[in-house]
Amino acid sequence: MKKVRYISLLVVLFLSSLSLYASSNEGDNNKELDIPEIVLEHLSDAYEWHVATYQGKHLSLPLPIIVKSGDTGEWYVGTAHNLPNNFFFDAQHHGKIYERHADGTTTRPLDLSVTKAVAQIWIVVAVLLIVFLSCARWYKKVNEKSEAPKGFVGLIEMLVMYIHDDLIKPAVGERHYKRYAPFLLTVFFFIFTCNLVGLVPVFPGGANVTGNINITMFLAVTSMLVINIFANKEYWKEVFWPEVPMALKFPVPLMPVIEVFSIFTKPFALMIRLFANMMAGHAIILSFTCVIFLGWNMGVGYGLGLNLLGIIMLLFMNCLELLVAFVQAYVFTMLSAVFIGMAHKEHHSAE
Amino acid sequence: MENLPSILTPDLGLLFWMLLAFLVVFVVLVKYGFPAIISMVDARKVYIDESLRKAHEASERLENIKQESEQILQEAREKQTLILKEAAETREAIVEKARQVAREEGARMLEEAKRQIEVEKQNAIRDIRTQVAELSVQIAEKVMRENLASDAQQMSLVNRFLDDAFSVNPN
Repeated sequence: MKKVRYISLLVVLFLSSLSLYASSNEGDNNKELDIPEIVLEHLSDAYEWHVATYQGKHLSLPLPIIVKSGDTGEWYVGTAHNLPNNFFFDAQHHGKIYERHADGTTTRPLDLSVTKAVAQIWIVVAVLLIVFLSCARWYKKVNEKSEAPKGFVGLIEMLVMYIHDDLIKPAVGERHYKRYAPFLLTVFFFIFTCNLVGLVPVFPGGANVTGNINITMFLAVTSMLVINIFANKEYWKEVFWPEVPMALKFPVPLMPVIEVFSIFTKPFALMIRLFANMMAGHAIILSFTCVIFLGWNMGVGYGLGLNLLGIIMLLFMNCLELLVAFVQAYVFTMLSAVFIGMAHKEHHSAE
Repeated sequence: MENLPSILTPDLGLLFWMLLAFLVVFVVLVKYGFPAIISMVDARKVYIDESLRKAHEASERLENIKQESEQILQEAREKQTLILKEAAETREAIVEKARQVAREEGARMLEEAKRQIEVEKQNAIRDIRTQVAELSVQIAEKVMRENLASDAQQMSLVNRFLDDAFSVNPN
């Protein structure tokens, strides 16, 4: 019975891809499938949220554009349809808004538009607030003598306590972890939710947030600030006057230079790791989706074979990305916690 | 730098919104989200530890009580045997005493009865003696009226007879 269900699912997928192929054929005839362009376009930020295309018609959600003119200093708030004449979408810069000045030069104005990624971030914020505040409300009704929660609240409690007790506590250290736990938990759940929502293929999800270097840079810089601002004396002593042979630190401060450098390389590695993993995951899933269309361009025989391969790989990659979504959030949090723990070194006597 | 994909180029607007969103999440969750869960779990952990400790103590106390009760039972059993033994002894003593008293009483009553009988017998003998004497005198009168003439002769004869009778039966 189960097998029948699987097979019927596959057939439906085949049929849907067939009709999609047909519709895309109707829209723009003989247009080559430019996979890198499609993938990059899906990964990029946009001023509108493209929901679906049906029979050549694009269904998009317009998002507010907020720009400040460099010439007049005025703010413009509106949608892409009635943009003032001095602003235009620069195709050479991936469709970002640029401002045309009177002398013919173009510059990038101050652009605080609610783009697709921003909208996705706020959706994630809403999800996080709803989930945790509803859980917190459950906790208000009970006391410590009642049973442990079941269902969704139990799942969230398990996740929070897993990160709190098994990740943050051992990584930061027993003495200081309570101070940093809220920050690290927020980072974990923010990244985790972004990753998960990014995997949803239809409208209220699917935007590439953690695969955008701005986001990971922000998170990495936040981590760096938390690590270094609250670091203790011992940490700074290790940076500028480490316990190494004098030759390595006196006339030429070799070790201090390396240590100072590492202050910046640590968050940099955090930034690149999360960005590359999430971006690559999105890119691979999109590529396999494109393979389905590519196959039908080559004829029915190729189409069937490639589609089968494409669907199997797509399912596999989606499962893998589900795992990666958790693992990357976990790794980011763990490394931040370890770095924070290293910034709170206990003074150790010379062994 | 100019022609890098947009996901690789810094974007001030995105950073601004990200900062805002992260701050909102951070402030709200740190104030209302995580502490509720963590403090409740900690409180529950303390409560469970406490309950375990209490249960442990209670079972220990129960063990003590059991031992104590067993000891008390043992003591009670010993006391019971002691009391039973004492009771048996007392009973023996009482029975013995009663028997003694009864025996003495019996002996005393026997003695009394004997004395009574003796007295009765003496009285009876005295009675019989006087009656016999009277009867003898009457018989002798009748006999002597015919045979004996003198009183002196008669009296000596009577005495002789009486002495004979008494020598045969001194009582």
